[in-house]
Amino acid sequence: MNKYVIKRIGLAIVTLIVISLITFFAMNAIPGGPFDSEKATSPEVKAVLEKRYNLDKPVVEQYFIYMKNLLHGDWGVSIKTGRDIWQTMSSSFAVSAKLGGMALAISVVFGVVLGSIAALMRNKWPDRLIVFFTTLMTAMPSFVLATLLLYVFCIKLGWIPVWSATSHNYLLPVISLALYPMAYITRLTKTSMLDALGQDYVRTARAKGVSQKKVIFKHTLRNALIPVVTYVGPEIAYIITGSMVVENIFTIGGLGQKFVTSIYNRDYTMIMATTMFLAIIMVVANLLTDIAYKCIDPRINLE
Amino acid sequence: MSNENGMPKKNVLSAQIDLKKFDFATEEEKKQQDVMSESTTFFKDSMRRLRKNPLAMGSIVVLAVILLVIIFAPKIVPYGYSEIITVDGVRDKTAKNLAPFTYSKMEQQYMDKGGKVFPHIFGTDEQCRDYFIRVVYGTRVSLSVGLFASIIVLIIGVIYGSISGYAGGKVDLIMMRIVDIIYSLPDLLMVILLSVVLGETLGTAIKGTVFAKLGSNMLSLFIVFGLLYWVGMARLVRGQILTIKQNDYVLASKAIGTPAHRIIRTHILPNCLSVIIISVALQIPSAIFTESYLSFLGLGVQAPMPSLGSLANAARDGLTSYPYKLIFPAVTIVLIVLAFNLLGDGLRDALDPKLKK
Repeated sequence: MNKYVIKRIGLAIVTLIVISLITFFAMNAIPGGPFDSEKATSPEVKAVLEKRYNLDKPVVEQYFIYMKNLLHGDWGVSIKTGRDIWQTMSSSFAVSAKLGGMALAISVVFGVVLGSIAALMRNKWPDRLIVFFTTLMTAMPSFVLATLLLYVFCIKLGWIPVWSATSHNYLLPVISLALYPMAYITRLTKTSMLDALGQDYVRTARAKGVSQKKVIFKHTLRNALIPVVTYVGPEIAYIITGSMVVENIFTIGGLGQKFVTSIYNRDYTMIMATTMFLAIIMVVANLLTDIAYKCIDPRINLE
Repeated sequence: MSNENGMPKKNVLSAQIDLKKFDFATEEEKKQQDVMSESTTFFKDSMRRLRKNPLAMGSIVVLAVILLVIIFAPKIVPYGYSEIITVDGVRDKTAKNLAPFTYSKMEQQYMDKGGKVFPHIFGTDEQCRDYFIRVVYGTRVSLSVGLFASIIVLIIGVIYGSISGYAGGKVDLIMMRIVDIIYSLPDLLMVILLSVVLGETLGTAIKGTVFAKLGSNMLSLFIVFGLLYWVGMARLVRGQILTIKQNDYVLASKAIGTPAHRIIRTHILPNCLSVIIISVALQIPSAIFTESYLSFLGLGVQAPMPSLGSLANAARDGLTSYPYKLIFPAVTIVLIVLAFNLLGDGLRDALDPKLKK
């Protein structure tokens, strides 16, 4: 167990180093530096600025300076706005985290409930309806769903106000983020629930007269939830990337939108910083998921 | 010591057969031995199972219809994907944002005079271009991106996976550690980052070559797929090869001195074909998803070339007035992805019935 955890943490660290290498050298591969703005800067000013941000040093040395700063919590300065990136990121991340957290909770809760219903009522109409719905949802890109929801509920029907600075309505963005993972979790729960229902210990429990409720909640659902746990890590990655388009469509000023705006603006330092930041979240989420998986079910041999 | 047949009397325990106890087979009984159906091969059998799956067959029909439309529609419809509509050689500025199957004022006048105008099946867009042909070309682009990306993934993944699995030992260990690291990279983030960087840097490098027509964004998309998405396939193939290479026929082949690459090609890979086919069938929709996502972020194909994602993105601007401009590309994406998903599921059930729950 300990050996596995150490190995897994090692892999996570290596992954993060690889990500930092890719992002840093990718940033430097783009022609033009941070101070090549539309307004021509005089060579002297440029030289001073470059010296200040250590851009006059060789790229490899710059990488180590960048990493040192990063480990000290210094994310650098945006090319376009000149603002401190960490301040921009942390304020917008609060919104994204709230949005993503709600989407995560909703998708897990509804996914597990719907999946259990589908498994318990196999081949009856609720199961068929759920299967139809989940199949459709897994074929719908989040941006299509978000735009359709926005059009139908905000514009056509006018039931839900469009997101603005004063009125925050999380309902539609959360739905558009949560539906795909929810559909996935539903399918996952259904398969593993059916698997668990066919196990010998369930038959034994029924034979000795355990109530249906207890069989479902104590014997089947608990075991069926193990695969769901493994999906949480990838789901966080999905929600983060999904929130980039969803936040953009609903004009929510979260980190996802900041990321997309920085792409449109070709604000390289911002792109790199956000990539690193989100990548750290994803890698850590995957690490925790894997360790949790191993803790929940010690039978599983991952190596 | 002999009975009436003149044969020596049998020992009770003798296995000698008493012929008297047997009759000749009647004609009817002989018929039972006839082979009723031809013997099938593994693939024939799988295809038979696939044909019984209505969802998979429906998906094939849908995909076939879409393929026929995107192949033949540009030959029938007299508009180009970046062509601004002209009436009788004159630029038609009134043909802006037409609803499906309607005509602009100029076209109406021209038709009243007896001229013929091809109907705008999906209407027109904000730059007076026929929308149907744009959706058709968008589908072409999206489908070919999906297909080519899957082929790239297939080639790299299979070669890498088979070398790793067949070589084993230290080589396998190192190769799989590399796969582990790439596998744990947050894929879409890296795709976005690399698309931005490659899109910027490739633009000047490919100027004037064949690739310029493809656009730097499209090219970077393929490169990114080639760099990141092959790991899943490589893992799959390696896992298969690890089990298959234990078989005696591989040992026999090794014993007669067959070189490793031929053993992999003729003895091992055909046995993992079903797994590879399923994986490719499911890779295509995921590549289409990724492409449409990137196009939506403005990192996909270069304008005026459309893709389904960029069409959906462009449709957001006039969403309140022209919702159909979103509906057409969106429905096409959903149909294609759904059809490939269902076909992939069907193929999995057909090729690997053991997996079916």
